[in-house]
Amino acid sequence: MATKTSPVEKAATRVETAAAAAAQPALAARPVGLVALAVVVAVAISLPFFMSGFRLFQFTQVLIYAIALLGLNMLTGYNGQFSLGHGAFYGIGAYTTAIMIDRWSIGYGWTIIAAGLVCLIVGFLFGRPALRLEGLYLALATFSLALAVPQILKYFEHWTGGSQGIVLSKPKAPFGLRLTEDQWLYYLTLAVTILLFVLAWNLLRGRVGRAIVAIRDNHIAAEAMGIDNALYKSVVFGVSAAYTGIAGALSAIAIAFVAPDSFNVFLSITLLTGIVIGGFATISGAIYGALFIQFVPNWAQDISKAAPWAIFGIFLIVFMYVMPRGIAGFLHLVWIRLTASAVSREKGR
Amino acid sequence: MDIFVQQVVSGLATGGIYASLALALVMIYQATDVVNFAQGEMAMFSTYLAWSMMQAGLPYWGTFLATVAIAFVGGLLIERIVIRPVENAPILTIVIVTLGLLVIFNSVAGWIYSYIQKPFPSPFPAKPIRIGNIVFGAHDLGAIGVTLVVLMLLFAFFRFTTLGLAMRAAAQNPVSSRLCGIRVSWMLGLGWGLAAAFGAIAGMMVAPVVFLDPNMMGGIQLYAFAAATVGGFSSPQGAVIGGLLVGVTENLVGTYVSFIGTELKLTVALAMIIIVLLVKPTGLFGRTIVRRV
Repeated sequence: MATKTSPVEKAATRVETAAAAAAQPALAARPVGLVALAVVVAVAISLPFFMSGFRLFQFTQVLIYAIALLGLNMLTGYNGQFSLGHGAFYGIGAYTTAIMIDRWSIGYGWTIIAAGLVCLIVGFLFGRPALRLEGLYLALATFSLALAVPQILKYFEHWTGGSQGIVLSKPKAPFGLRLTEDQWLYYLTLAVTILLFVLAWNLLRGRVGRAIVAIRDNHIAAEAMGIDNALYKSVVFGVSAAYTGIAGALSAIAIAFVAPDSFNVFLSITLLTGIVIGGFATISGAIYGALFIQFVPNWAQDISKAAPWAIFGIFLIVFMYVMPRGIAGFLHLVWIRLTASAVSREKGR
Repeated sequence: MDIFVQQVVSGLATGGIYASLALALVMIYQATDVVNFAQGEMAMFSTYLAWSMMQAGLPYWGTFLATVAIAFVGGLLIERIVIRPVENAPILTIVIVTLGLLVIFNSVAGWIYSYIQKPFPSPFPAKPIRIGNIVFGAHDLGAIGVTLVVLMLLFAFFRFTTLGLAMRAAAQNPVSSRLCGIRVSWMLGLGWGLAAAFGAIAGMMVAPVVFLDPNMMGGIQLYAFAAATVGGFSSPQGAVIGGLLVGVTENLVGTYVSFIGTELKLTVALAMIIIVLLVKPTGLFGRTIVRRV
């Protein structure tokens, strides 16, 4: 890089700081962040000792959503490509797993990897033409994909079992571990979640992450700095789809059932709601978002069958008005305010 | 041959409905560069209001006019209250807000009216009309007629009235229009109102065919997207022609291409959208917008 500060370079530093802020400096730099992370992981590991059955299953579902949201957030939050159709990839992942287990009797562990790979390829291939679509048009194309997916799934009845779907059986704990099915599923999901979060964090905090964010903020400046926009964008699309596909695969195993109508356009809107609530371009936001989309509908359902959606809609709009960076952004802001006031108090002494 | 003509005519009828909804989308897109993802659900909700009024005993055409008026006011209010605060926000924000509206309308309709399908009356006689060997559905012909009348009214409004001219100006060049004394922001609101009114007409024309239920517009909105994409989002004429093209294509493909039938109809629309976006993103009649970097 030249020593003179060109506008491009200025943009680059801005991007870099933005990326650093987004990639949770708390975790890397501050001991407080590390402690908080350790507590979260410890709580997550000990959860099965406090609850069982359906409650635990709900938390398994939270982890699954968190993976999917992280995938979507990479694409929409970090890279700035809208996807209103990520439910489609979730569905593809789920069906890959279900078909492999049911038709070919392949071990479920392998099917999770396979689902990730299938979605990686499909996402990459969908991402290639999507390169030419900017903003709104990409939103339109992915939204149409989400609308069309249930019908496509029903059409290939021979594979997918049509509208009846495919019924699976829950896997038992291996290696003679004395865990119930729900507990085993929870730990399996937790392990996959931690692995994928660490991978995502590594991917997003470094050079690659800065490139991804730079494309979002100013793709021409990014191109000028030697970032291959086309390659990055389609790879991000693929990786994002792979994450969501793995989440879909895990959900198929956890629920032990797949049906085309559960992968409709509302699933895609649910995922989008998750990243809006959790916070665009944050990693921790995936967890807040997942907790929200898992538990809020549950509570709202007591009011009316339609209430969860009304609440999602209201939250979507209200968050866009008052908290466009979601819960993670809000917490970050609060943290900055608190630490800033602490610092100024010390200076005042 | 008879079947072919019949299919083309019924394709034109559904195409007219797609055209109305596509026109509503294009009208908002032109004014604000945003696609209103809630357009279909707003239409669905207006149609439910019409159903309620008819249950209360109002005659069909009275209800029709009242619904269009309510939809217009509703659309205007939504723009003023919900969209206005994010008018200058990034596109993603506005898209998310319209998606929020989509789920709200959908769930409120389900809440009030339940998810059970309801029949919706058609103002046209049930008896089919015969011309030679060819049988036309009266509702199909009626829907084509209504669409044509509405389109002509709209054309006249934009072409011959000062208000229409002001709206076009506000959409094309907001800054200069403001200097000329046009209240640009209100023009956007009017655009939303007109679009909602259009949607309501489309909803009332399509409800007798697909039956009334909160999810009835999902597929139709996809076709309207396809219509607007084929015609070009920046061209109202394009939206109309696109709608008719999509309607006819849908029917002919469903009749003559056996592996598609009715089961993959939505996928046809998806394929049309993606192909057009890849080959000619501006659509058949859209203009290419050159942007300075």
